[in-house]
Amino acid sequence: MLAGAPQYLVSGLTQGAAYGLIGLGFTMIFNTTGIINFAQGEFVMLGGMLSVAFLGLGLPLPVAVLAACLATAVVGALMERLTIRPLAGAPAINAVIITIGVSILLRGGAMLAFGKDTVALPAFSGVKPILALGAAIQPQSLWVLAVTLALLAALKLYFSATIQGKAMLACACQKKAASLVGISVARMALLSFGISGLIGAAAGAILAPITMTAYDVGMMLGLKGFAACILGGLGSPFGAAAGGLVLGVLEAFGAGYVSSGYKDAFAFIVLLLLLFVKPSGLFGKAGVDRV
Amino acid sequence: MRLHAFFCALAALFALSASPAQAADPVRLGAVLSVTGPASFLGEPEKNTIQMEVDKINAAGGVLGRPLEVVILDDETGVNKAVLATDRLLKKERVSAILGPTTSGNSLAVMGKAAAAKVPLISCSAAEKITKPVNPYSFKVAPSDRLAVARILAHAKKQGYKKLAILTVSDGFGQAGREVLKELVPADGFELVADEVFGPKDTDMTAQLTKIAGASPDAIICWGTNPGPAVVAKNRVQLGIKTPLYMSHGVASKKFIELAGEAAEGILLPAGKITVAEKLPDADPEKAQLVAYAKAYEEKYHAPVSTFGGHGYDSLHLAVKAIEAAGSDKPQAIRDALEKTKNFPGIGGIFTYSPTDHAGLGPDAFIMLRIEKGDWVIVGD
Repeated sequence: MLAGAPQYLVSGLTQGAAYGLIGLGFTMIFNTTGIINFAQGEFVMLGGMLSVAFLGLGLPLPVAVLAACLATAVVGALMERLTIRPLAGAPAINAVIITIGVSILLRGGAMLAFGKDTVALPAFSGVKPILALGAAIQPQSLWVLAVTLALLAALKLYFSATIQGKAMLACACQKKAASLVGISVARMALLSFGISGLIGAAAGAILAPITMTAYDVGMMLGLKGFAACILGGLGSPFGAAAGGLVLGVLEAFGAGYVSSGYKDAFAFIVLLLLLFVKPSGLFGKAGVDRV
Repeated sequence: MRLHAFFCALAALFALSASPAQAADPVRLGAVLSVTGPASFLGEPEKNTIQMEVDKINAAGGVLGRPLEVVILDDETGVNKAVLATDRLLKKERVSAILGPTTSGNSLAVMGKAAAAKVPLISCSAAEKITKPVNPYSFKVAPSDRLAVARILAHAKKQGYKKLAILTVSDGFGQAGREVLKELVPADGFELVADEVFGPKDTDMTAQLTKIAGASPDAIICWGTNPGPAVVAKNRVQLGIKTPLYMSHGVASKKFIELAGEAAEGILLPAGKITVAEKLPDADPEKAQLVAYAKAYEEKYHAPVSTFGGHGYDSLHLAVKAIEAAGSDKPQAIRDALEKTKNFPGIGGIFTYSPTDHAGLGPDAFIMLRIEKGDWVIVGD
């Protein structure tokens, strides 16, 4: 019964690319500040919901999506400025707990602003499927893969070819040394939250036509993205992307051949197994911090 | 809301104790509705409708020449809260009849309490267990899934379909629908070739649809509430499946068309007449009432009218009509009069209760609709 295999692979890769993008957002912030931002999923939700909202205001689709990504980047930067920076010097775990608070705040705010209904974003280039290799591919799936690759390439360039990107990497390697050579660590943290918001929102906006979106989708997507970056190795952007693809494919095949009822479980089984095997992977030291 | 009701009750108590020679006492009804929580999309329009209709009735002189008062309590879509609210309505508020609860689970949980107190309960939910077997004090206004399934199968039979596949959501609504489908599909002479399930939060049903397509049915019946069925519609187009698709009455709202977009084209579903009030032929005896209700609701609440608000309308008006027929607001008299209701034109259909039927609706509660170019088209059976 391998009839559905190509189809499952396509939906898995599509979902997986989005998980990878979300994982990328986690990685960005972890690399610069050493904290896990549990509001990452809410950035994804904002990307989808704001796109729909801006579209409702009469903006054309590409403009609405771009505006949503930029607005979420601003939300990310504000979050760093207002909730993370005042904690400077406190243990990372405190900041992590703050991010959980911010995620609840953003979710509640979205519910009040956009209501409780599920909303759909139109597909970027129609819904006429492309038939290939025994699978029907939605044009939107190609968009998801293309945007993921484009963002990965852009980040690679940014880190290797721009002074800002290099400064961010320096912060990630060794904060003290970075600030001694004149890099503003605070500004890098702000920037990382902003970029992270942008990436998360992009993931949310490209996914919305396929999966639809609502005020409460962030939690699950955030957890999946988190699982993706743990799977690929926390701190490596390309690991996160690869981890996302592996997770997505696992999920799709699990839903197809085992049961769609356990679909969400696959990601977390992987996550748990990894945390059992490598608990020190989280904050780089074998601590007993619990959130 | 609750506090408000509490203070109202307090004020009423004071008023009663202060001046025994009051103007006519109000006729008091109670309602337990899921105004908040997961079922708020059902409970909120029910509450809005009941409030709107109570104002209308009072403006027209009330019931039996007395003002009508409905104490609405929110069960937050929780069984415990529903039971507590029912207790309060029965023991403290001393209501003559209870409207609601909104959900099947809550209705089943509180039915016994109303019956023990000998107070009639008019549930706004659809579960058959509420009225089967008949409990003398329990009535319901929401049409049974059975009627919707029968309507779909009648249409499928006319098209000459033989093999059917079902795809249901794994929540209460979907499971109830699946049971009825598994019973009626073979009973009606069809062959059930695939029986697939999806989770309420799933965002990709290509796996299930791929399996269903492999069984080559003549038509697919999908049973769920938003957003799942919209994903099913999209995936069906994506996979290039040309098999006709029936949806349940659970997605009979513009919201579904909005979510499914172009993928909704050609989908068939049974729906209450309120969904297409404006489009009904002028000869339809219910049209004037449906259009009037829809217009009043949309003007007052700036939200599209729904079948669910109609359940609130029907439960309230059936109770009021029974009180007027009995000439009394004694619970037992209301119950006896309710059971004699004949051809009462409600929003959900024409109600006729009897000692053996407390569900009251026939297959004409549903009409078959097709989605064309983002709008409803009424199709004959």
